[in-house]
Amino acid sequence: MAEPQNSPKDLRQAPVQGGLPSALGSTTSGAIAVAAESTTATRMSAPPSFDVADFPVPHGREEEWRFTPLERLKGLHDGSAAAGGADLKIDILAPDEVTHELVDRSDPRVGKAGKSVDRVAAAAFSAFEKASVITVPKEAVLADPIRIAVHGQGGTTFAHQVIEVGAFAEAVVVIDHTGDAVLAANVEYHLGDGAKLTVVSVQDWDDTAVHAGQHTALVGRDATFKSVVVTFGGDLVRLNPRVQYQGPGGEAELYGLYFTDNGQHQEHRLFVDHEAPNCRSNVAYKGALQGQDAHAVWIGDVLIRAAATGTDTYELNRNLVLTDGARVDSVPNLEIETGEIVGAGHASATGRFEDEQLFYLMARGIPAEEARRLVVRGFFAELVQQIGLPDVEERLIAKIEAELEASVA
Amino acid sequence: MATLEIHDLHVSVEAEGGPREILRGVDLTVKQGETHAIMGPNGSGKSTLAYSLAGHPKYTVTGGTVTLDGEDVLEMSVDERARAGVFLAMQYPVEVPGVSVSNFLRTSATAVRGEAPKLRTWVKEVKEAMERLSIDPSFAERNVNEGFSGGEKKRHEILQLELLRPSIAILDETDSGLDVDALRIVSEGVNRVRETGEVGTLLITHYTRILRYIKPDHVHVFANGRIAESGGAELADKLENEGYEAYVKGGASE
Repeated sequence: MAEPQNSPKDLRQAPVQGGLPSALGSTTSGAIAVAAESTTATRMSAPPSFDVADFPVPHGREEEWRFTPLERLKGLHDGSAAAGGADLKIDILAPDEVTHELVDRSDPRVGKAGKSVDRVAAAAFSAFEKASVITVPKEAVLADPIRIAVHGQGGTTFAHQVIEVGAFAEAVVVIDHTGDAVLAANVEYHLGDGAKLTVVSVQDWDDTAVHAGQHTALVGRDATFKSVVVTFGGDLVRLNPRVQYQGPGGEAELYGLYFTDNGQHQEHRLFVDHEAPNCRSNVAYKGALQGQDAHAVWIGDVLIRAAATGTDTYELNRNLVLTDGARVDSVPNLEIETGEIVGAGHASATGRFEDEQLFYLMARGIPAEEARRLVVRGFFAELVQQIGLPDVEERLIAKIEAELEASVA
Repeated sequence: MATLEIHDLHVSVEAEGGPREILRGVDLTVKQGETHAIMGPNGSGKSTLAYSLAGHPKYTVTGGTVTLDGEDVLEMSVDERARAGVFLAMQYPVEVPGVSVSNFLRTSATAVRGEAPKLRTWVKEVKEAMERLSIDPSFAERNVNEGFSGGEKKRHEILQLELLRPSIAILDETDSGLDVDALRIVSEGVNRVRETGEVGTLLITHYTRILRYIKPDHVHVFANGRIAESGGAELADKLENEGYEAYVKGGASE
């Protein structure tokens, strides 16, 4: 990790805003470390590696595992999970200019976006048979999205997906997860210089599924990466969306929505690694929770390395707790090794939909169910609008409505 | 003509050691076009009356009746009361994150009017009402009451009063916490609604200050959970000079 190189004077000039914790049935523990010994790296229990043997079996006390119910990972973390059972059904629909290959892990494109950062991701990397590589040729501007439908049929699968978008190409990818599965899968997005990629990853699993994985974007010079992660289903979903910049001028917008029900564990652990100058990142994740033992975890790590002058970054996490019995853990972390930045900040807050809000809306003539819908739809609206695909947006709104119906029933 | 009739109303709240009676037999009739000021010391039960009429679940009606044009208000849910024409401007309006003012106003007006207002006339109606209350247009895109100052919250309440056009408006300490300018703007809003002659107003206040702007037809002194004395506007002058001492002395303290 680079040593601090800036004087305190420089650091004071950096426009840094802190988080504002407000909590009820939740924890929010934000931190901003300025030119400090890096905690993002040191809190991992092992350095990144492709080899599962380099990671000790987690016991639950480790920083990166402390929120996760290991006993519900179906053995993905301790080596007891073996590939088998009914295969995942994967359907890929793509415009003609897009190519799709199955390759070995020796292919130079596999693992290019970075090593695995935890034992489950490394287990997936060590165990997959063939990696799937989807390529958008350079300068191609796709008229239609690439749609990847992943349907679980009850088995256990380790998988690896690479999506490569050539220089100045533009593409939208929708990855849709449904059904029941135990899935450890890593996804890499390679964006060439000036490329634009939007990815919508929908986790609409059955309530029995377990899904863990690392989603890493390698953002080229002046490239634009936008990701929308939508998690509704699963017994346990644990995703590590990560961004690395390969050159200056890159942009990353990371949006997320989750609706965590009774007994579900949904965990999103983001990391934006600003190592190149003049890059931008904006993170906004929002979640609604309802029911007994609904548990959402959001970790937002942003590291601005000494070389990343001119960085502009902001991360936000908002949670709306609709009933008693739900729990949110929200941890934004910002580490800054240079003061020569445009801006850096984070915010995290968890609020409750309370009886007083319900009374206020009802006192204006709005029936109770509509009041609840109004609040939840309003809460998610700005993120749903970011998707930009009408069919996916409509499905999400319908899904939100269905989740609310279930809560009223 | 809409008439709100409150007869022998008794209301309790849950407290440590069991239910505690706050309202002890309130009798009051408010007719469309009339303005009644309810004045009283802290803890006399004024706000309890307001919230009980709106149907807040914290308050339990243990006796008496409330009717609006003969309809049993106490049987109605909170939203039904609002749709029947009862409006409560709250002393502490609630923040509703994620719901914009414009979305909230339209949803509310749709519910109360029974049909969605026509978009073009609605936008104009809201814009003009906001201008009259010196509310910045950017408010429409802000979340309901989130980050509003005290004065902004009260003006937002009166904006709703103007747009929802209730037959009975209950204003719970709308004047509290307002500076003179804000008090004047809010009072002008209330007076515009009163001048239509279509609303019966129940103005609940601790201070006589607002009565310089909003002239009541009737003044009631509230003490110990019931109306202790009723009179015309001159009663407010007496309270201005003598305070509430005569009414609290000897009464059961709360």
